Amino acid sequence: MTHEQFEVLSNQAVAACAVVYFLAFLAHMAQWAVGRRVSVEERTLATAGGPETTEQVAAYPDDDAEPVMRARRIGVALTVVAAAAHLLAVVARGLAADPERVPWGNMYEFTLTGTLVVTVLYLVLYRRYRLGWLSPVVTGFVLVTLMIDVLALYEPVVPLQDSLQSPWLVIHVIAAIIATGAFTIGGMCSLLYLVKERWESRRPAGAPLGGGYLARLPSLAVLDRVAYRTHAFGFPIWTFAALITGPIWAHYAWGRAWGWDPKEVWAFITWVVYAAYLHARATSGWKGRSAALIALVGLATLWFNFIGINFFFGSGSQHSYALELVASVTTV
Amino acid sequence: MPPDTRLDTDLDHRASSSAPAPPPSEPPSLAPRELARWAWRQLTSMRTALLLLFLLALAAVPGSVVPQEGVDSTRVAQWQADHPRLTPVYEWLGLFSVYDSVWFSAIYMLLMVSLVGCIVPRTRVYWRGLRAQPPRTPRRLDRLPAHRSFTTDAAPEEVLGLARERLRARRYRLRRPTDDASDEAGDGSVSAERGYLREAGNLVFHLAIIVVLVGVAMGSLWGFRGSVVVVTGDGFANTLTRYDEFSAGPFFDPDDLEPFDVTIDDFDLTFIEEGRQRGMASQFRADVTYRSSPDAEPEQRELAVNHPLSVDDTDVFLIGHGYAPQITVRNDDGSVAYSGPTVFLPEDTTFRSFGVVRVPDATGADGERQQIGLEGEFYPTYFFIRGEGGGPGTAFPDARNPVVSMLAYGGDLGMDDGSPQSVYLLDKDALEPLTDDEGKPVRVDLALGQTVDLPDGLGSVSFDGLSRFVKLDVAERPGQGLALAGLVVALLGLLGSLYVRPRRLWVRAERTDDGRTLVSVAGLDRSSGGDLSGELDDLVTRLSPTPQTPQEQTP
Repeated sequence: MTHEQFEVLSNQAVAACAVVYFLAFLAHMAQWAVGRRVSVEERTLATAGGPETTEQVAAYPDDDAEPVMRARRIGVALTVVAAAAHLLAVVARGLAADPERVPWGNMYEFTLTGTLVVTVLYLVLYRRYRLGWLSPVVTGFVLVTLMIDVLALYEPVVPLQDSLQSPWLVIHVIAAIIATGAFTIGGMCSLLYLVKERWESRRPAGAPLGGGYLARLPSLAVLDRVAYRTHAFGFPIWTFAALITGPIWAHYAWGRAWGWDPKEVWAFITWVVYAAYLHARATSGWKGRSAALIALVGLATLWFNFIGINFFFGSGSQHSYALELVASVTTV
Repeated sequence: MPPDTRLDTDLDHRASSSAPAPPPSEPPSLAPRELARWAWRQLTSMRTALLLLFLLALAAVPGSVVPQEGVDSTRVAQWQADHPRLTPVYEWLGLFSVYDSVWFSAIYMLLMVSLVGCIVPRTRVYWRGLRAQPPRTPRRLDRLPAHRSFTTDAAPEEVLGLARERLRARRYRLRRPTDDASDEAGDGSVSAERGYLREAGNLVFHLAIIVVLVGVAMGSLWGFRGSVVVVTGDGFANTLTRYDEFSAGPFFDPDDLEPFDVTIDDFDLTFIEEGRQRGMASQFRADVTYRSSPDAEPEQRELAVNHPLSVDDTDVFLIGHGYAPQITVRNDDGSVAYSGPTVFLPEDTTFRSFGVVRVPDATGADGERQQIGLEGEFYPTYFFIRGEGGGPGTAFPDARNPVVSMLAYGGDLGMDDGSPQSVYLLDKDALEPLTDDEGKPVRVDLALGQTVDLPDGLGSVSFDGLSRFVKLDVAERPGQGLALAGLVVALLGLLGSLYVRPRRLWVRAERTDDGRTLVSVAGLDRSSGGDLSGELDDLVTRLSPTPQTPQEQTP
């Protein structure tokens, strides 16, 4: 296959995987909608225990009911198919360049790979953390992000610049992408934590739980724990990407390890905010709600760094690959 | 419902047990000694550390919005010219060099003090804890957040023996039975603990951060960084005067510059000819000859992006390139007043470049000394569009049809009074444009090989050849290796502090009235994301002779 054909294949695979993500999203929507039909009486009958037990059991009113299970299985199977197409899109993108290269040369490619990492992390952790409740969020998020990626960020395949031709590109960028994916999933959990926490605090005591999405989310402690674990997974990788491999590569490519370039500044800010998150979770008075808020602030700085810097500080950042190396000559 | 989604074992003792107790919210009105102690406790508390972390993140923001002196001084100058009223305020606030400013330094210094104040006592606590025994088995195991119990026909001693064996295999540290009557020897229980490396990792991480800071500080105190433009064929000796731009730390001594020199023998690059990236330069590299000292053997190698040249502790990076047209200015009598490759700095990616020629010692028609200045642009592949909105331009960055187009000035170049000025700009304060017979400014447009006469018998200008130049960055950063090592160690410590799960497990076996044995198993996860159900279930399965589902109880 020629490079051009690979490029077409990549674009088609993106379209295909977006369609399948959409179907998976519909299946998960169906899963939660089907679950709602079960009447409140049934649940109360089944769990005539203390108030606490009622709540615990009622949190999953009918997750084992056959229609729910079927919709869930279809959703996950579709997500696997979509992830395969997604992977194909990423690989074909790399093969489309001449010479072949890693597909992380611009924002379109970074987003394409980042969303794939989100899906893969979700699928890998699905069984271990029983992430069924995260399915609609993940499929919806990946779908919307891919849409934005194709509509706003698409760039045709081009070869890498000299400064990007380094083994450190592979290491630095893949680590940054994996960390971004992990932080994104963690942020979703923290967001759900905040929504559920608010919902719980507003619900009058003793009111029926209902069979809605929030009621069927796992308890706050579990949301918090999954959020923590994904963040704790992402943080060392982010440290590695932003503070170790990034400076090493910058040293070789630009002659300085750390130059307070806007992208570096914000990578540092993200690192500090997530460090604060890890500390907050271990500090009384900051656990739970505050920690979740900090995690979301961290996610905001992370995404701002990725999107905002390129748009707002484009010409001032060496990380915006719009300008060539020549830009630095003019500063003599 | 699965047990792991229900048990909240998130009892974090990491911070609260070893960190100082929460400080009182108001300072005690006591002697200075107490006040100092109170202030120290405030500073080293986790809350303060958190606040300082937020402050640090916040303080870093302006540096990405306002142009920074250390990053791009040209943009700073431009910004200051555009905002004359804000500039003094910003300067006073140190916003043009945020990361060297007093307030930014104050935040991270405080953070470091807070860190040390927290880490040192914790290291002491950890050292003691490392040699201590796992704690005594609590009286009521069912009060712990994660616990199981079951009955079996096996004897208590047998169960406890099995438990010890299993826990030891899982690398738990077991509490040794002691002579103390109140201890577990007669109690019929096992107390075990593991995961001591978590706190070690935590301490290592924080100590390594300090090492990183020391490394970075060394670099900025003793290091230097300079940039220099070298025309192909020319050399560059590492002396202070040779640099176009130079910045060094306060403890840097110019005598410490390593006495190497580098000659750019050849510079080669390829422009992509077609496709979407047409005009993008790729694979540029320079062949260089270098000597680590004037007496050393010359060595040859290739210098390219991502492949710096290291001479001893100094690194030389190829970071840019451009054109240097060879321009000759002759006096009316044919003698040469100026000759050589003249650096024109690229203004954009098309390599339309800007440069000046300064001829301080030309001779006029009357034999008087004259100063001539030429200022203008270089176009590698020249084109001209006539009419409205038209003008000169370059079609391609490679030199296919090189043209220089300059305006000529006469008068005083301002070089004689010795005041410093940029080599790449013309100081036009005392210069007048040269004019032709009709009074129009003289424009010197030259294609390669052409010569143009200047008016008033001032001689001629010719464009004899085309060279390229490279821009090199030269830097020495002592402590860079130390910082890197610190970061790697910090990462290892971080991994330990995040993934090692410190936990305590207890097993108690008691004879019940009906002659069977009641076994209770309980655990306490001391990390912040822990979940013990798997560990407990595993232990229960090992200890109960017949497969059975353990009774699970919620607190």
